[in-house]
Amino acid sequence: MNADILLSAQDLSVRFGGVLAVNKVSFDVKRGEVFTLIGPNGAGKTTVFNLISRIYTPTTGVIDFAGPQGTLRLTDQPAHQIAGLGIARTFQNIELFEHATVLQNLLIGRHTHRKSGLWSEMFFTGKTRAGEIEAREKVEEVIDFLDLQHHRDSMVAGLPYGVRKVVELARALCTEPKLLLLDEPSSGLNVEETEDMAFWISDIKNELGITVLMVEHDMSLVSKVSDRVLAMSQGEEIATGTPSQVQSDPGVIEAYLGSVDDVSALRRENYVPGGAA
Amino acid sequence: MQLLQLLISGVAQGCIYGLIALGFVLIYKATETVSFAQGDLMMVGAFSGLAAMTLLGFPFWIAVPSAIVAMGIFGVLLERLVIRPILGQPAFSIVMLTIGVGYVLRGLITMIPDVGTDTHTLPVPYAGEVLRLGGLVIAAEQMVVIGATVILCLGLFAMFKYSKLGVAMQAASQNQLAAYYMGIPVKQINGLVWGLAAAVAAVAGLLLAPITFVHANMGFIGLKAFPAAVVGGFGSLPGAIVGGLVIGIVESLSGFYLPEGFKDIAPFIVVLLMLVLKPNGLFGEQLRKKV
Amino acid sequence: MRFIFKTDYNQDVKLAKHGGHVFWYSLLGLVLVAAPWVVAEYWLAQLTFVLIYAVVGLGLMLLAGFTGLFSLGHAAFLGVGAYTQAVMVNAGVPFPLALVCAGLFSAIVGIIVGLPALRVKGIYLGMATLAFGFIVEEGMARWESVTGGNAGLMVGYPAIGGWTLDSTEEFYFLCLLVTVGATLAIVNLLRSSTGRAFVAIRDSEISAQSMGIHLARYKTLSFALSAALAGIGGALYAHKIQFLSPEQFSIIQSIDLLLMVVIGGLGSIHGAFLGAIFLIVMPQLISIGKDFLPAAIGGAAGLQGTVYGMVLIGFVLFEPMGLYGRWLKVRTWFQLFPFYRRGLFKRQKSFQKSDRLK
Repeated sequence: MNADILLSAQDLSVRFGGVLAVNKVSFDVKRGEVFTLIGPNGAGKTTVFNLISRIYTPTTGVIDFAGPQGTLRLTDQPAHQIAGLGIARTFQNIELFEHATVLQNLLIGRHTHRKSGLWSEMFFTGKTRAGEIEAREKVEEVIDFLDLQHHRDSMVAGLPYGVRKVVELARALCTEPKLLLLDEPSSGLNVEETEDMAFWISDIKNELGITVLMVEHDMSLVSKVSDRVLAMSQGEEIATGTPSQVQSDPGVIEAYLGSVDDVSALRRENYVPGGAA
Repeated sequence: MQLLQLLISGVAQGCIYGLIALGFVLIYKATETVSFAQGDLMMVGAFSGLAAMTLLGFPFWIAVPSAIVAMGIFGVLLERLVIRPILGQPAFSIVMLTIGVGYVLRGLITMIPDVGTDTHTLPVPYAGEVLRLGGLVIAAEQMVVIGATVILCLGLFAMFKYSKLGVAMQAASQNQLAAYYMGIPVKQINGLVWGLAAAVAAVAGLLLAPITFVHANMGFIGLKAFPAAVVGGFGSLPGAIVGGLVIGIVESLSGFYLPEGFKDIAPFIVVLLMLVLKPNGLFGEQLRKKV
Repeated sequence: MRFIFKTDYNQDVKLAKHGGHVFWYSLLGLVLVAAPWVVAEYWLAQLTFVLIYAVVGLGLMLLAGFTGLFSLGHAAFLGVGAYTQAVMVNAGVPFPLALVCAGLFSAIVGIIVGLPALRVKGIYLGMATLAFGFIVEEGMARWESVTGGNAGLMVGYPAIGGWTLDSTEEFYFLCLLVTVGATLAIVNLLRSSTGRAFVAIRDSEISAQSMGIHLARYKTLSFALSAALAGIGGALYAHKIQFLSPEQFSIIQSIDLLLMVVIGGLGSIHGAFLGAIFLIVMPQLISIGKDFLPAAIGGAAGLQGTVYGMVLIGFVLFEPMGLYGRWLKVRTWFQLFPFYRRGLFKRQKSFQKSDRLK
């Protein structure tokens, strides 16, 4: 695998019963870039994410990851090891720990970096205490980065949706990932919050040096932050390239809007009142 | 021949477990809560049949339906007063609530002076009669149990498949909010489901009473009905009956062929085997959170 | 109204968050240590029971309240610990070693019971633990050569070195020591990454996994710790009542333990203690209350069950946060007076959506 490629998916397919949710999808994510998956609903984008986080196992195909521990075949790893390898993700429908505070949620994000074992925790030795303080310091850096100071001690269950999305992002950042998977980061956010998100994604890429793999529907956000885009439809890839290349690709337009013929039928010149086009 | 005899008594006992399990599954399918009160509802059903026949002096053919209807109404009231206020709480709280309801039912029945602490016989017209078939001796009680279970199952199947109420119940169980939006009166439906489950429990109690007599601790049989529901798969109505039959037959056979003490734990060993081999039961459901 | 001005991360890490905590818990400690000289022997014995049940309750709270794994057969671990202790002490094994073994054996049984937990969730797990509970109880009754079966087993006094603890006071201090140790261990776990991992598993398994938490390992650990605590409590229980029989560890006892943690307040350490107090005090209250009730009700056999059931229903309906929750609300009312709003502790209502795919 090329030295500048961080994640490489080759011929990924996954079948659920009779449905082929992902069909021979291949893509490479380069180090330090923001790579976006776009496509209409049901295209299989979140399924690809779930394949990378090992919630599902692909029927065929492999995923390779060039993390700090060398190049590993992700598809051979169990789900709970993915975070330790340097891959973090957010969830489309927000999977936060509802009955804990924001701070506790973020501290859970530090789990892979813990240094204390069961017995030193039970006796709360100096080593455990030092570990707790260190975790807290790292978490505070993320809180500072995402302006979550107000909400540190609030129970997640009572927070508004926009804040929860940011907490979800913060929790993923606390794991100190090399690759961050963002599943629809702007869904449910208003215009200002989406702009903040765009700035944060750029900062994540430029200041923190984290590679971002994103699923997104908001095309303006995609154009603003992405380096490269992969368009999917019905589980298959239809186009790859820069945002502008992909957005003008005829296959992509057809997937979103229907075929060129259908579009022309909608044109005003061709409109026949009360009848077929 | 001995085997056949054991099988028949196993099937009869299994039908009882199946009926109680049916109550669990009805409530679970509708509201995704587990009710530990089914066994005690069965016990109250048996006592209400007893009261109808002895206290009120009804003849058998009036006492039985009136007991069933009375229990049905009781189930609806129970849901309205006690279960409805806590919908939306975590499943465990609801389980504890139903355990509490079971305690109260058992306690109240026990507290009835003279009646609660004794064992009573339910005066049924077919008591003591047997059918002799070849070398087999089949008690009339057992035949009534099996027959009644079959009829009840067919009735419920028809209801769920063909009636609007049945479809509405299934919808409410899968997505409450969407069911509300579709105009389904979810709260009333939940009440009806509880009423139905209580009525089924009453049937089980009335069928069991001639075999084990009516007493306040009858409800503990309900604990063996849980393995039946697990074996069948908690979301499946036919599974409940099949599970009950499996447990009944296993219990009957192990009582005869295995050493002392295995009879009581055989259903639970079956549960553990089931959870290891086929965790979702024979007809089970797939539980997977979609993210 | 107390505002804690935070200047140091240690303030969030340490156990006693402010002066008030230090004061009140020290006072509690003093009261508990002084109890044998202040309180009548009968009540001291009851207090010892409270401590024993609190230890077991801590374990069940860890498993059910903090990790979200509901064990309907917890009395089995209590029984394993009790019988292990009894058998070993009767065979001459020194008390501390027997106690450790009781905890260890229970932990092993806990790991075995926890195996289904790795594959099944929710009600199915409850059923598996229920099944284990029945099987262990029957096993204790059948294994007559070791446990004495249904005829029961006598238990000797605990002996440390040459010193036999045969008085109520001495045994009380032993239990106090064990309880304090167990509580500190659990509280320490809960403020470090293991405790947080448990809470994560309770709230969202999928995202716990994506944070790198090994579900199987932590679920097994939770079962093991919970069972070990129940086993240690069981060992003390054996010495306290001095006569064991299998029916003491039946499903009724399991449900009593669950009652204890639910009424105490699921998800809090205080809840285990409050629940234990409830469990021991309630029968006393009922006995006292019987005198005020008409004979027909007061003398009836089913009274205790009815009262327990109604209290349980009452708590689930009106105070799901349990006794500890009610205490929190009362305290907040006083702290915020007169600005307390009912909405402060409002429950989140959620519509039920099935996770089933079929």
